Amino acid sequence: MTAQDQSEIFNGTAAVGFADSRSTDGTDTRAIPAFVFGEELGVLADDDPRIVVLTADLGRSNRATDFALRHPDRFVNVGIAEKNMVTVAAGMAASGLVPFAATFGSFAALLCAEQIRTDCAYPNLPVRVVGHHSGMSMGFYGTSHHSLEDLAMMRCIADLTVVCATDANHLRALLRLSLDHEGAMYLRLGRGRDPEVYPEVPDLQLGRAELVREGSDLTVVATGSTVHPALVAADQLAADGHSVRVLDMWTVSPLDHAALAAAARETGALLTVEEANVTGGLGSAVAESLSDAGLAVPLRRHGVPDEHVPVGPPAALYAHYRLDGDGIAAVARELLDTRTRRNA
Amino acid sequence: MPTQRLADRALFVRTETVRLTRIAGAGHYSAVFSCAEILAALYYSELRIDPARPDWADRDRFVMSKGHAAIGLYPVLADLGYFDPELLDDYTRLGSAFGDHPDMKRIPGIDFSSGSLGHGLSIGVGMAWAGRHAGSDHRTWCLLGDGELAEGQIWEAAMAAAHFGLGDLVAVVDNNQLGIDGFVADIMPAEPVEERFAAFGWDTHRVDGHDLDVLRATFAALPGRGGDRPQLIVADTVKGKGVARMELSPDWHVGNLAGADFDDVMTELNR
Repeated sequence: MTAQDQSEIFNGTAAVGFADSRSTDGTDTRAIPAFVFGEELGVLADDDPRIVVLTADLGRSNRATDFALRHPDRFVNVGIAEKNMVTVAAGMAASGLVPFAATFGSFAALLCAEQIRTDCAYPNLPVRVVGHHSGMSMGFYGTSHHSLEDLAMMRCIADLTVVCATDANHLRALLRLSLDHEGAMYLRLGRGRDPEVYPEVPDLQLGRAELVREGSDLTVVATGSTVHPALVAADQLAADGHSVRVLDMWTVSPLDHAALAAAARETGALLTVEEANVTGGLGSAVAESLSDAGLAVPLRRHGVPDEHVPVGPPAALYAHYRLDGDGIAAVARELLDTRTRRNA
Repeated sequence: MPTQRLADRALFVRTETVRLTRIAGAGHYSAVFSCAEILAALYYSELRIDPARPDWADRDRFVMSKGHAAIGLYPVLADLGYFDPELLDDYTRLGSAFGDHPDMKRIPGIDFSSGSLGHGLSIGVGMAWAGRHAGSDHRTWCLLGDGELAEGQIWEAAMAAAHFGLGDLVAVVDNNQLGIDGFVADIMPAEPVEERFAAFGWDTHRVDGHDLDVLRATFAALPGRGGDRPQLIVADTVKGKGVARMELSPDWHVGNLAGADFDDVMTELNR
């Protein structure tokens, strides 16, 4: 790709550094989730003329530029105008297109909540709002860029499907699945550095969680970036003699109530893990599900407490909030010990 | 269509609005009175539509961005044959398709649901972009209120429309001078509307929004379909137009017209 070719895509503006956006540290980041978003859609768009990708001056961050290289006529950069982006996407969807509108999760969900509800979900239009760099993954960028409320805000919108990408292959599966979905979707993506959980593109079904590890003493219900550390924790707990089930609850709305009920009956305790404020997020959803089903089992909601998080590198923040493998294992041990004492 | 026939349809918009307001017990009649001629000139003279095919891909689109004026649009759609006019008798009743704001899921002929102000021009950008992408020459019309121009998203959309060269997008501002709390000029002035849109890269036009001949001529004189500059028409109107005590009075933004009020207004409209 020559500089001239790129400048055509960018409507005559300079595209300096575009090719370098593949990575910030020289490593090939192609196989990590946020960064396959544009590439995968580009391939899917070869066979699906409905696909359009919009971004709000974050095409390098979310690699929508990979889509732009392949389908420049279906790439729209609206500039730093997120609300306009979501509503423009709704207008496109009302005209038969399937637009993917991508920006940081905090801006997508908090800034555009009303546009998502009123212009996308209510008319039941196939708009896919992609909130990437979710949770604390922007680390030292601070509160404005942390997306800890998006799960709670998006899952209370009727007729909006809310899904979280676990890794690169999982994201590919979500994007493919989305093409056959009639209504609006919120896709929650990480920073694009999530370790692999799925060695192949999984066969996903909306409303059905993925059982990524079998176990009988406790079920860890994780989503998005917390699935991998939950598996790490389960390995550690196995060394202690605990058999831990891990559910990837990527389908937050609709939630997999059957898998949760089975987990409650078969393992007797649940630990939810999310890179989000625990108020209203996955843990709340699971608590509601168990309560509605009349299943009273020990449940611990683990995530970010109801507070604004400090700045810091993401890995440091994960350790601070015990959202890495060691931390999740520690919280799980507390839950298992509590249950053991109660049953003694 | 002769101008007198369009004037009849504008009167029909006003009288039906008053009738439906009585059914609901409340309604935004004065915001309809200001755009009655605009709706009549568009729907009975300008728009390329086919009520038998509400989903026709190449139809002109109409986005009622000032969604609270839907009560004036419903009778027009019924009159054109999009649905049985008797359905309107359920206006705002439990489960009715017809509420204070238009619902594209339930009403044939409504191209987009609205209600929250400031969104419609972005919808129009998406529709116009999609139309051009599909190779269609349909136009997308957005009816905005002047008070609505205080919403920031309008200007995000205005910027995008010009940058994307959407010449088939036409925004009509129903410049009726009043918001809920008083005069727009006092609350948050929209003027100079033309200069502002022109600075964003739009072609602008200014007309008397109650003069049907002028409206029709302005619509007809727009640059041909497929142009590259979005078109703005500022239609100077009077909120509450047609009923003397309502005209430019902030006291009549929303409410009921029952009993003597109903009779008085109907008599004055039909005079």
